[in-house]
Amino acid sequence: METKSVLLVGVGGQGTILASKLLTIGLMQAGYDVKMSEIHGMSQRGGSVSSQVRYGRVVESPVVEKGGADILVSFELMEALRWLEYLKPTGRVIVNDFRIAPMPVINGDMPYPDDILQTLQQVADVSYIDAAAIARQIGSDRVMNIVLMGTIIKSMDLDSIDWESIIRENVKPAFVDLNLQAIAAGMAAV
Amino acid sequence: MKKLLTGNEAVARGAWEAGVHFAAAYPGTPSTEILENLSTYEEVVAEWAPNEKVALESAIGASLAGGRAIASMKHVGLNVAADPLFTFAYTGVNGGTVIVSADDPGMFSSQDEQDNRNYAKAAKMPMLEPANSQEALDMSKLAFEISEQFDAPVLLRMTTRVCHSKSIVESGERAEIPLKPYSRKINKYVAVPAVAKVLRVQLEDKLSALREYAETTPLNFAEYHDKSIGVVCSGVCYHYAKEVFGENASYLKLGFTYPLPPRKIAAFCRSVDKLYVIEENDPYLEEFIRTLGFDVFGKDIFPAYDEQTPEVIRQAVYGKMLPQLDYERSKVTPRPPALCAGCPHRGFFYEIGRRKNVMITGDIGCYTLGSGAPFYGLDSTICMGASISMGHGAAKMLARANSDIKVVSVLGDSTFFHSGMTSLLGSAYNGGACVNVILDNRTTGMTGHQDNPGTGYTATGEPVTVINIADVAASFGIRHIRTIDPNNLSEVRQTLDEFLALDEPSVIITRWPCALKKFSAEDKEEFGAIFIDKHTVDADKCIGCRLCMKAGCPALSFDTAQKKAQIDAAACLGCGVCAQLCNKDAIVKAQEV
Repeated sequence: METKSVLLVGVGGQGTILASKLLTIGLMQAGYDVKMSEIHGMSQRGGSVSSQVRYGRVVESPVVEKGGADILVSFELMEALRWLEYLKPTGRVIVNDFRIAPMPVINGDMPYPDDILQTLQQVADVSYIDAAAIARQIGSDRVMNIVLMGTIIKSMDLDSIDWESIIRENVKPAFVDLNLQAIAAGMAAV
Repeated sequence: MKKLLTGNEAVARGAWEAGVHFAAAYPGTPSTEILENLSTYEEVVAEWAPNEKVALESAIGASLAGGRAIASMKHVGLNVAADPLFTFAYTGVNGGTVIVSADDPGMFSSQDEQDNRNYAKAAKMPMLEPANSQEALDMSKLAFEISEQFDAPVLLRMTTRVCHSKSIVESGERAEIPLKPYSRKINKYVAVPAVAKVLRVQLEDKLSALREYAETTPLNFAEYHDKSIGVVCSGVCYHYAKEVFGENASYLKLGFTYPLPPRKIAAFCRSVDKLYVIEENDPYLEEFIRTLGFDVFGKDIFPAYDEQTPEVIRQAVYGKMLPQLDYERSKVTPRPPALCAGCPHRGFFYEIGRRKNVMITGDIGCYTLGSGAPFYGLDSTICMGASISMGHGAAKMLARANSDIKVVSVLGDSTFFHSGMTSLLGSAYNGGACVNVILDNRTTGMTGHQDNPGTGYTATGEPVTVINIADVAASFGIRHIRTIDPNNLSEVRQTLDEFLALDEPSVIITRWPCALKKFSAEDKEEFGAIFIDKHTVDADKCIGCRLCMKAGCPALSFDTAQKKAQIDAAACLGCGVCAQLCNKDAIVKAQEV
């Protein structure tokens, strides 16, 4: 099979790393070759972050190139636009209805544009979901990232993977049900 | 067992499987997780050294005493450790020894982009370059065998993408290697000139033997497909090239890259039509291949800098990237990294950034973010420990020029222990008159909260004596030393006023824990109920003057429609810096509203 590329983007601290970690474990257990790339260090301090996941029969590059992502999942609105050039023209965008003002906006030097969603929708296949609200309905803001992981599972047809056992093996017992509900809710949202 | 590991986890695992006994490192992105992972294996003595030179020297000592040893560091760390490195290549090892250099092409978290493959050549030591996590594990393990077989320390050269990418790894079990017996060998380990001259000649024999090894090792392999294009590559560039060319090219993948194998390389170059050399960053392979008489496409078409990712290769070879969507990119606002909400550096940078007639020499750590908006509180950043020594030299020249500019040097606690201590000693000894500020956030912040001599804990969590920065400064004869709370702006301001007026060196220690740190029992006892009094804006009192925005805090924003400041309750940690900037008492503790 052709290698698939999933790009999870957001702002440092939003939980992209845990979501992509669980995703890669599932993909490996399903028999795919998997590579994931992240950048640590200075860029974490409130900067733009990405987790790049690639899977297939044999995966070469651990990084997604511009125009190479099958799906772009953005945990924050502006980040979707920043990373949009990485999407295949036929690819799909899932955008979380969540804004985090970058420092130039906080300082009042630049505006946070109010038409980002429209700009995205003009050129790409966009699903806009309020993952924070969905997570809150289930019981905790903290599973927003797992809701978004659910949207990837649905969009990439990965629902035959046994996510329940992966969650059980990698999440503290008290949070297993919450995480499973988050995946289901994410899948239902797209 | 198969698992997904980062390259750093795989290096640690490989060293553990090879029976490594001793590991030392100083934290530095992208190398930090190697020692962090090694510290989880109880069979390994794992230590954070105060700097990379100490880490390598400790590893050399462990090797001499018969243990297998590993020292890991980021690329610029190897500069610090370069002194022992070169002579260790002469003496060779007792227990196998591996030095990991984690280079940072693209400078994701570094001040330069040096290519440390040049160190292997300059120091004359064998070098391995993994391309993925499986190779990182296998090469880390094999490096100890090579080291003992050839009596040479081995350089394992990683890059950011290999360190921080995950791929599937088949791991093995640990081989328990007994310590080798120790005996005094003056003609091997005492590198006085008479001994070193003999070792130098022997080193050439070792390199000849290693060159033959490079010709035959499966770490250097040719992979033939279409021979109209041939690619010579090392490290992750092998995967980048295969992503672009697939089976439309043949590959010579070099995993053992010093000494290079001339016959193997020449045979490959002769067998293909068009030859590309793809490598990050310097033309290290390219220059060698040119000396063999082959013409190649190398740095004439590929950039001399940054990562050589598939899109870079595609652009260089075919003049185009993959098709992309066309959209209005100008709407994307930059998102530079910033000091976190609750960061104890904020109060200091607010105060120092407002001063006129100061030169502020900076250092390496989170506090380099103080150079940006809205503080603009740094004049320089060069390398670890340079703040104090650069400040000292600058102050001497400013004094000679009769300038009224005063010098303030700024560095963190871990950086002070790394090499700021010797800089302070130099300034104290040579009649310096700078204000030296140590931003003591009780941890090594930027690399993710590693312990250091000032925290009272070791890499494995053992409680130890806390090395007190004020006591160190006092032992250098410095008479003006004060420890202050950086969140108290008037205290910062008054101390700066007082110490800037002095004609002798002084030390200010701003002592408050990093907001992201997991607090130790001692932190909780000393700092009490920290980070619990969230603040909020009293909208009736806020006049929209934006003074509080000078705090540059990610928890603060300005509502342009309402013309009021607002605080994100989820992000605020209650450091209170913004409240001190407000003239109208509009920022208050949330519980008092």
